[in-house]
Amino acid sequence: MSNEPRDAISGSTDPQTKTREARIGPDLDNRFNSKLREAFGSSPFILTKFDKFMNWVRGSSMFMLQFGIACCSIEMMHTYAVKHDLDRFGSGVPRASPRQADVMIVPGTIVSKFAPRMKRVYDQMPEPKFVVNMGSCAISGGPFQEGYNVIKGAEEVIPVDIHVPGCPPRPEALVYGVVKLQERIANGESSPVTVKPYELEQFGDLEQDELVDKLAAEIDEEDLVMRYNWADSP
Amino acid sequence: MSLQERQPVGVTEDGLDYDALADLLGDRVIGREHHLNAEGFVVRPTDVEETLELLRDEAGFDHLSCLTAQEYEDRYESIYHLTKYDDRTQELSVVVPADPEDPVSESAAGVYETANWHEREAYDLVGVDYDDHPDLRRILLPETWQGHPLANDYHQDRPQLVPFQEHKNPLEDDHHDAESDTMFLNIGPHHPATHGVLHLKTTLDGEQVADVDPDIGYLHRCEEQMAQQGTYRHQIMPYPDRWDYASAGLLNEWAYARVAEDLNDIEVPEYAQVIRTMGAELCRIAAHMLAVGTFALDIYGDFTAIFMYAMRDREKVQNILEDLTGQRMMFNYFRLGGVVWDLPEPREEFFEQTRDFLDDLPETLEEYHDLITNNEIFQKRVIDTGVLDPEDAKSYGCTGPVARASGIDYDLRRDDPYGYYDELDWDVITENGGDNYSRFLVRMQEVEQSARIIEQCVDLLEDWPEDERTIQSNVPRTLKPEPDTETYRAVEGAKGELGIYVRSDGTDKPGRFKIRSPCFSNLSALESMSEGEYVPDLVATLGSLDVILGEVDR
Ligand code: SF4
Repeated sequence: MSNEPRDAISGSTDPQTKTREARIGPDLDNRFNSKLREAFGSSPFILTKFDKFMNWVRGSSMFMLQFGIACCSIEMMHTYAVKHDLDRFGSGVPRASPRQADVMIVPGTIVSKFAPRMKRVYDQMPEPKFVVNMGSCAISGGPFQEGYNVIKGAEEVIPVDIHVPGCPPRPEALVYGVVKLQERIANGESSPVTVKPYELEQFGDLEQDELVDKLAAEIDEEDLVMRYNWADSP
Repeated sequence: MSLQERQPVGVTEDGLDYDALADLLGDRVIGREHHLNAEGFVVRPTDVEETLELLRDEAGFDHLSCLTAQEYEDRYESIYHLTKYDDRTQELSVVVPADPEDPVSESAAGVYETANWHEREAYDLVGVDYDDHPDLRRILLPETWQGHPLANDYHQDRPQLVPFQEHKNPLEDDHHDAESDTMFLNIGPHHPATHGVLHLKTTLDGEQVADVDPDIGYLHRCEEQMAQQGTYRHQIMPYPDRWDYASAGLLNEWAYARVAEDLNDIEVPEYAQVIRTMGAELCRIAAHMLAVGTFALDIYGDFTAIFMYAMRDREKVQNILEDLTGQRMMFNYFRLGGVVWDLPEPREEFFEQTRDFLDDLPETLEEYHDLITNNEIFQKRVIDTGVLDPEDAKSYGCTGPVARASGIDYDLRRDDPYGYYDELDWDVITENGGDNYSRFLVRMQEVEQSARIIEQCVDLLEDWPEDERTIQSNVPRTLKPEPDTETYRAVEGAKGELGIYVRSDGTDKPGRFKIRSPCFSNLSALESMSEGEYVPDLVATLGSLDVILGEVDR
């Protein structure tokens, strides 16, 4: 077949069809049944391989957003610093700008004034982006859940991939959470981006009610607002 | 006031003569109250400014430590807790009732700068309206918030709207104006140099700061409400750990322990006091190390050696504290009447570990001095920048290392002794520069002093006879102080005077629980320290103030 030396070009009328036929063949050419192919699986050939490769790259080299909120951020600093050194896992370089970061660790309590800002910072991060919730506050409001001003968890505002419980979680726990995130990313998993209970909306788009009427004089139609319906909070 | 020649009114050999003070105020005093820490003078809401001015100028009350506002069934009330930088044990409360329908009360901002922010907070959370206040707007909650959360008729379930607006330049009508000379710059709330979620609305003239308005409240997590919902005995103690969370937990817990023990007349065994003192000073070292590390981070701009060194040393302290309390940061180790458990067994190992740390410390500090203190570039950045002169510091109610770096010799551990401090041998550190450098130096030296204290505590604990190791006194299971007992007590936290006001209402939970946070007052002085400075110096000043937003916002 085609591993044999082919006819001289001058004598050939259909060299291309010959190769092609050989490739399509009745059965697949066993030249292609390499170890590589076994590992990569079947079609579509380039795309999945590249994706997989990219996911692996992504998981192995993550830029964290330098984002401190509350007590948990102190333990987060310890996770970055000597002894725990998150960088050993390829994810320890905090970036000050959200535009350079792809993972956001949410280390603390989120309150009403801060949630719109956090949402904005999240929006500013380039896709694909991932979020790790650090500590009970970011998960559910934690010890402050009953507070009049406290959002019951970051998930009310942004999608979250990994939750690391604790108050605060030990640095080891955060490292574990980050490694888990890397695993998930390498497997191409991430949490779906869905509509969250608290979104930034234009003031003009809100349903009219007592509160909106009252504030109409203070807020422009185009201004973004976040509306908290505390009564519906978990 | 420091140049006063006359003897302040009301000062006698053995403390304060309240009757003389009442005479000084004449018929402005319409009633007297008794608080556990001091007498309270009731004055009319229209006489506040005059009263406070007299007390400040004639009686030497130069420190407005705290302002508590609260709502009763039949009235609103603002309590000004006055004391003196020269003698912390001389205290006086000025109680100002206000009408329940229309709670207007004269502002004290003209007398004490610090009243400005405190009254804004009282307005925000309780709803008292301060007349003649220079700038009465909300401080912790967003401008558009409905209702005042610590007032009686507040419904937590009502929806709220929070806008996400562009901030306006306070100096220009429109900061997009092509003609304008100033530029508006937002620093924060998410910014690496703000140590958390602080927002500075800065107006620049060239590279100089023309105006800076700290916008706080991005971490206002209702600490006072949480404390008011908890029972005295066990449910409140975990929260103080989360105020100043730079591992200063035990220092904060002590603030609560002190006020609650005062309120309920609880004795603390001496052995427990020594353990408390040791733990608290370990916390102070950890907190100051964080301050040093992040300050260097602000100035040098990268996560490099100094930051890592500071973290390394914090790890050592945290290990010791973890052995002692079981937790790295949120210790919850104090109990009313003592501590929760004794030192870890085997005790020798614990002592050895602590001593090892203390033995290494001088060398470690030498390293810091080589890297930072003696570094010329560092000195160029911090000497003579962010200067806070002592008069301003007093007026803004600054305390702790910030005040001591401005030459104010004020430390509650010595001036209003608690725990075991007065039995031990240590010094209060002061510096006279008032600049960023001095604040840094004060912290470095305080670490040495804390080490001295810890060493003495370890010596004491080592020799403590085994059968006298009482870690807790007998405290009833439920504590119900007499209704309407009021007290205000403070301790020296890592950042300064950390005070708590509690009013009991006859139940096992406090009727009002107000936290006086040192960071809150220290931060309010930022404006006066940075106007006219360059932007990078503003960042350095902020770093040297060492604010922890959890404590600023509570
Ligand atoms: S989970 Fe605990 S430690 Fe973390 S931010 Fe909340 S209160 Fe602080």
